[in-house]
Amino acid sequence: MIRTLLTVLGKELMETVRDRRSLLSSLVLTPLFGPLLFAGGLSLSMNRAITSLDDAIPLAVAGADHAPNLVHFLRQRGFTLTLQDADDEGLRAWIAEDVERVVLVVPESFGTQLAAGEPARLQLYADASNSRAERYASRTERALQEWGSILASLRLQARGISPLVVQPLVVDQVDLSTPTTRSTLVLGMLSYLIVLATLLGGMYLAIDATAGERERGSLESLLTLPVPRAHLIYGKVLASALFMTIALVLVIVTSSQAITYIPLEEIGMSANFGPAIALGIFVSMLPFTLLGAALLTVVASFTRSYKEAQTWLGAVLVIPTLPILVAGLLDVKAAPVLMLIPSMSQHLLIQGLLRGEPLPPAFLAVSGLSTLAFGVLLTLLAGWLYRRERILG
Amino acid sequence: MIEVEHLGKSFGEVAAVQDVSFTAGAGRITGLLGPNGAGKSTTLRILYTVLQPDRGRALVDGIDVIRDPLGARRRIGVLTHSAGSYRQLTARENIRFFGRLHGMGGTVLERRIDELVSKLDMAPFADRRTAGFSQGQKIKVALARALVHSPAIVLLDEPTNGLDVMATRALRELIRELKTEGHCVLFSSHVMQEVAALCDEVVIIDKGRVAASGTPAALQDRFGGTSLEETFVKVLGDQEGLA
Repeated sequence: MIRTLLTVLGKELMETVRDRRSLLSSLVLTPLFGPLLFAGGLSLSMNRAITSLDDAIPLAVAGADHAPNLVHFLRQRGFTLTLQDADDEGLRAWIAEDVERVVLVVPESFGTQLAAGEPARLQLYADASNSRAERYASRTERALQEWGSILASLRLQARGISPLVVQPLVVDQVDLSTPTTRSTLVLGMLSYLIVLATLLGGMYLAIDATAGERERGSLESLLTLPVPRAHLIYGKVLASALFMTIALVLVIVTSSQAITYIPLEEIGMSANFGPAIALGIFVSMLPFTLLGAALLTVVASFTRSYKEAQTWLGAVLVIPTLPILVAGLLDVKAAPVLMLIPSMSQHLLIQGLLRGEPLPPAFLAVSGLSTLAFGVLLTLLAGWLYRRERILG
Repeated sequence: MIEVEHLGKSFGEVAAVQDVSFTAGAGRITGLLGPNGAGKSTTLRILYTVLQPDRGRALVDGIDVIRDPLGARRRIGVLTHSAGSYRQLTARENIRFFGRLHGMGGTVLERRIDELVSKLDMAPFADRRTAGFSQGQKIKVALARALVHSPAIVLLDEPTNGLDVMATRALRELIRELKTEGHCVLFSSHVMQEVAALCDEVVIIDKGRVAASGTPAALQDRFGGTSLEETFVKVLGDQEGLA
């Protein structure tokens, strides 16, 4: 049996390694570019968020002469002001020219209304469909409200009333999140990426070894050889699992490197992805490769052609990622029972590792053994499927 | 030596093989002749153990193919109907893979591969990947891997399908060689001339049953045709068209 396994394994590996296209999609696209895209996209959006917090906000003010104090206040608050007068039509044309522009209009009546103690009207022009303009507008509004409440306090004080009268509540938020726990939301996506890249690593081999072999007409000849059919298919599952392992190593290494380029520290997060964590993730995921390979092989066994297999496996790839989605949505905490569920347990273990928590050996053992058991069962099922006559298609 | 007794096999409603019995001896070429869908391939597939018969039994060199399929498979070399090879492997590697799964290895296997490469005139393309091989080259690869373990019995399912004239001649030559080497050769075909030119023994199958069998000469005597083709038409009856 060992001899058959090794012979089939060697042949499948050689075939896949020589096929540049399937090698590229198995080991290069997702495991290598996945984490890079992930880190790149994330750091880009974070950079935007960080810089916009500190940036001076550009604001055009029309009718600045009517409210010199307000203009002074906004300058103090760090707004970069452009003073320019225009009528309504002129303003609209101006914003159409540059959609990021936000214009504050101070009407002539502003000063008199303010002096009379009436609500003084201001107008804020902005294109709310532009995310940057909307952000500028809301920051401007906040600053204006702040100025308004200062005015209100002053008015109350002038009338001999304490401003505290109109402030019945004060809420102090106590944030207990640590930099590491805050980053897990972001890093949750990482475990999804690791599971997906691992599965994709063995997908082409699983298809090629089953549906592909049938489509090319080599399966029937293979079945005339004096070895049990199940042993042939075990060899194929093993080859697929080995490719998944290679993809797993690649995706872990790339992720651990890519994550250093995400500016997590700047938003008060930290990522814990050193060699020890990488090793922990590898050990947690290793049993999953057999399960993934067997699952894909079983599904591919039912399909008649390469194309059909590709369609089905694409859909099947969603199944192992479902528990991750559920865990993410319901904010599931690691528990011994959950360690019995493959892919959910790997996700929780990876999350714990990234969060910097110690890896409980019992959890690791339950997860590994349960996943292995499912993997062995599915492998046996694949072997059984190949004993049927219908496998010839 | 192949012995087939009252073989029957149905796929759902369709009775592919109803009652097929014949014997094919060592050092002889036996041809299964019949129109498309007569049950030739199903009979062969039962013999090379990828299908299980519903009734009857089949022995290769005295081994029951149902009771001991692995034992039977050790004694047979099979050229299946659409004998595809692994495109990313060279011709030699394709043969080596099959040899290994037959339990061969080391210099014994390598020497046997060299032998087959020269015997089948494969030297010019033996170390090329089989992707892009011509039909004739593909058949040679498939034949070489079927013969790698020097089987006593060789089963060929429509071997000349898709081959040009030269390749067909070469293949016939090879089948005759196998016979002189003492192999028991059983092949299926719907091409009359091929069967007439090669076979020592003809088994005519129609609608899952053996319609007639014997040497080409004996069949002609019995049914009174002047050629095997005429005999064939007489055996099947006039309404039967040949594809």
